[in-house]
Amino acid sequence: MALLEVDTLQTHFRTPDGVNRAVDGVSFHVERGETLAIVGESGCGKSVTAMSILRLIPEPPGKSAGAIRFGGRDLLKLSEREMRRIRGDEISMIFQEPMTSLNPVLKVGRQIGESLRLHQGLGRHQAEAQAVDMLKLVGIPEPKQRAGEYPHQLSGGMRQRVMIAMALACSPKLLIADEPTTALDVTIQAQILDLMRDLKERVGAAILLITHDLGVVAEVADRVVVMYAGRKVEEAPVRRLFAKPRHPYTRGLLGAVPRLGSSLEDRAGRLAEIPGMVPSLKTRIEGCVFAGRCPEVQDVCRRHAPGLEEKAPGHVAACHLSLRDQAAAA
Amino acid sequence: MAGTTLPPPRDLVIADALPDVLAPRKPMTGLVGAVRRRPTLVLGASILVTIVLAAVFAPWVGTVDPGTLATAKRLKPPSAENWFGTDMLGRDLYSRVIYGARVSLAVGFFVALLASVIGLAIGLVSGTVRWIDSIVMRLIDGMMSIPPILLAVALMALTRGSLQNVIVAITLAEIPRVARLVRGIVLSLREQPYIDAAIAAGSPMWRIVIRHILPNTLAPMTVQATYICASAMIVEAILSFIGAGVPPITPSWGNIMAEGRALWQVKPNLVFFSAAFLSITVLAVNLVGDGLRDILDPRMAKSL
Amino acid sequence: MNAPQKLLSSAPLLEVNDLKIHYPLAGSLFGRARRVVYAVDGLSFRIARGETLSLVGESGCGKSTVGRAVLRLLRPTAGQVVLAGRRIDDMSAGGLRPLRRQVQVIFQDPFSSLNPRIRVRDALAEPIRNFGLAADRADLERRLHRLMDRVGLPREALSRWPHEFSGGQRQRIGIARALAAEPDLIVCDEAVSALDVSVKAQIVNLLGDLQAELGLALLFISHDLAIVEHMTHRIGVMYLGKIVETGTRRQIFVRPRHPYTQALLSAVPVPDPEAPRRRIVLKGDVPSPIDPPKGCRFHTRCPYVFDRCRTEEPALSEIEKGHEAACHLNARPAGENPLLGGTFA
Repeated sequence: MALLEVDTLQTHFRTPDGVNRAVDGVSFHVERGETLAIVGESGCGKSVTAMSILRLIPEPPGKSAGAIRFGGRDLLKLSEREMRRIRGDEISMIFQEPMTSLNPVLKVGRQIGESLRLHQGLGRHQAEAQAVDMLKLVGIPEPKQRAGEYPHQLSGGMRQRVMIAMALACSPKLLIADEPTTALDVTIQAQILDLMRDLKERVGAAILLITHDLGVVAEVADRVVVMYAGRKVEEAPVRRLFAKPRHPYTRGLLGAVPRLGSSLEDRAGRLAEIPGMVPSLKTRIEGCVFAGRCPEVQDVCRRHAPGLEEKAPGHVAACHLSLRDQAAAA
Repeated sequence: MAGTTLPPPRDLVIADALPDVLAPRKPMTGLVGAVRRRPTLVLGASILVTIVLAAVFAPWVGTVDPGTLATAKRLKPPSAENWFGTDMLGRDLYSRVIYGARVSLAVGFFVALLASVIGLAIGLVSGTVRWIDSIVMRLIDGMMSIPPILLAVALMALTRGSLQNVIVAITLAEIPRVARLVRGIVLSLREQPYIDAAIAAGSPMWRIVIRHILPNTLAPMTVQATYICASAMIVEAILSFIGAGVPPITPSWGNIMAEGRALWQVKPNLVFFSAAFLSITVLAVNLVGDGLRDILDPRMAKSL
Repeated sequence: MNAPQKLLSSAPLLEVNDLKIHYPLAGSLFGRARRVVYAVDGLSFRIARGETLSLVGESGCGKSTVGRAVLRLLRPTAGQVVLAGRRIDDMSAGGLRPLRRQVQVIFQDPFSSLNPRIRVRDALAEPIRNFGLAADRADLERRLHRLMDRVGLPREALSRWPHEFSGGQRQRIGIARALAAEPDLIVCDEAVSALDVSVKAQIVNLLGDLQAELGLALLFISHDLAIVEHMTHRIGVMYLGKIVETGTRRQIFVRPRHPYTQALLSAVPVPDPEAPRRRIVLKGDVPSPIDPPKGCRFHTRCPYVFDRCRTEEPALSEIEKGHEAACHLNARPAGENPLLGGTFA
């Protein structure tokens, strides 16, 4: 059984001008020890999905439906009390902006120790000793001294390491990382990505990585879910997704990213564009959500929303065009 | 799906239709919508409008001349004839409270208006011109070290009690707060990239202040004005209560309370009604202020 | 072609000489020595007409501060900013105003770069009116329509408010506002960094088209190396307020000769899981510009650091025509220079 199974998750929000279907029927699973990346552009529902798993969606105005099975329990059915016991212990999260997610008036050693005391019932000294070990694990030099410092005394990269130490303190089974390197500089991002890869092997936690950066996905993910307008449009093992994307949106995204090495060509060509913009999620969309921007759109796409089809083992995509592909192959 | 469309081709995989998680609700428009979306704003506004109308049309809402003495009917409890009872001189308390609203509302409105306009001007200049700023801010720091009530009392001590003087005194006491608020807003607006773009577009500083900065200060200023209005009404009542406000002959809520002070334990109605009107009016103004803040704050509007 | 004309066309549009921008930090109450942020510390570059120069580097390297100095949104501490042959670094606000037409700006955040209380029409008309570019009302209207066409927005959008647009559309409005002044140079301060992938591609293409059509020069300030490589002609790599390497696109991306440039390029995540990774991971963080390291500013993180680097600051020296790097390693014979490790890109 998978570690985490998200089944037809819907998270909607009530707004003054209608219901926003931020996540509308997303299913995926995360196996023990693997890294699953959810990739998509802003507003595709990837962060809302992560927040829904941790039940951090404010209700009202939001509401989640479907099932989120984790260790045999449906997280959506747990009481807030039971949920609190899971957060930070079995599932923990790191955020994009480390400064706002650390408490500015608590020393970092104390902050890491806090969750150990809360979830594992350690004494204060024990917890802080273990906090120092965690800081060492995430590669912070002079961990003992750093544990006695406040978040503002650390650099951005150090803070993100502290966040990771805090998230890993209770040896969670699942780590949700929401844009963990987006706010960091490239050289610091490289450090953190290396650290995440290294820790994955040593700690053995599964990682659910939320990102918009296909470069980051290629570097750390095992499998990828591509989201668009609140739906999952494609899912595949990482190499397969980059080699044989089956959804026009995924193809568009891959084409739109400039890659290093363009200077070897004589003149830089144009980047592939995806014309138009994401549709509003406040009106129900008949047909395929990508139909309005799809270069290969057909009549049927506007009438019938495509369901997810298995294109190859472990590779699913929601696109009617596969029919034509098969016909062409035959 | 419309009946005219063709059935989907057989091999097509169609996504399951998903249920609504949140029941669809008609967009809230019109009066009912306004009440449901912002109940406190509507409540505050309706109370305020009622009191303003009563004050404006005071002679036609069942009042008599608030100065009419009737020694035969001194200290009557509330009755069908005198709704709030009568005071020590037999004057109808209901009429006095309604006429008293005129003073409170006039003070609140004019202080809010004058303090906003003058404070806005000072704040805009101070936030824009650095050398003026260093002088003005020291002055304002000094003024703000005195509580506004004491400052108003001190100013009233220099002059004779009249409605205009009360308004001027309270306005002077409120200006520093507004100026400082506006200056803060101006300084943060100056950091906005669109101001840099306007400089690059060749706009001189004065035009940037008028076209780009001023309009963005109006929303927070409007909200602040309501709080000033509420605070001014309280300060006015205190001034009247301690005899430093409008002349005692004028019915005002502070004066009515001051007159009833000696007997309030045996005749609570002497103080109660004017105190209640003052509290309710201040509450209503604050509710309106909070409601405006929610509507005008662009961040709030975006998150909804 | 006669001589004076040739001289004119070869003169750079923008020349920045030994630019320094230092900020004093607010001194403490008890008279401690005032500390100074060396945001930009001796920087020179030139931009020709129609050329794109990119300044790349990590946050705090001073690249945005350089952009603000070129726009004269701040007054440099020392050095010269010469625009089309005229020094603008010490000009008064009034004297500068008519010259501002030549240099416009596009910002990173499409939300805060447009005044929420000004309609698109008025935002675009502001520079046209200020610089007296339109002959009459009809001409103004024609210009507004042409701007909207040029950036790919419907003309009806002129009468709408900024909040009615998406991030990508707002960025197009920002570009239209910059174009309204008919500038020679546009400073693009992280102009596409905040945009989503698919929108980013649209805006990058738009900037490329506009440059080709209008002969604009761009000062492209960015931390996104893949975008920079895609758009630029020349590059200046900045580290702690200085340019450590400069050269053409191919020189920098294929044969970088500064260890920082090499590390920066190797750190970019490649959107291809099959790509071989030869990553140089730098240790530690960028030191503070309040107290920059002695000697070479990069020596605290450099994988090849040796004694000379800690004491003597390397100057930019020419490696080939147009390609300069500030590293002592390049003074060594080729066999002993670890920076010569084959092509990079």
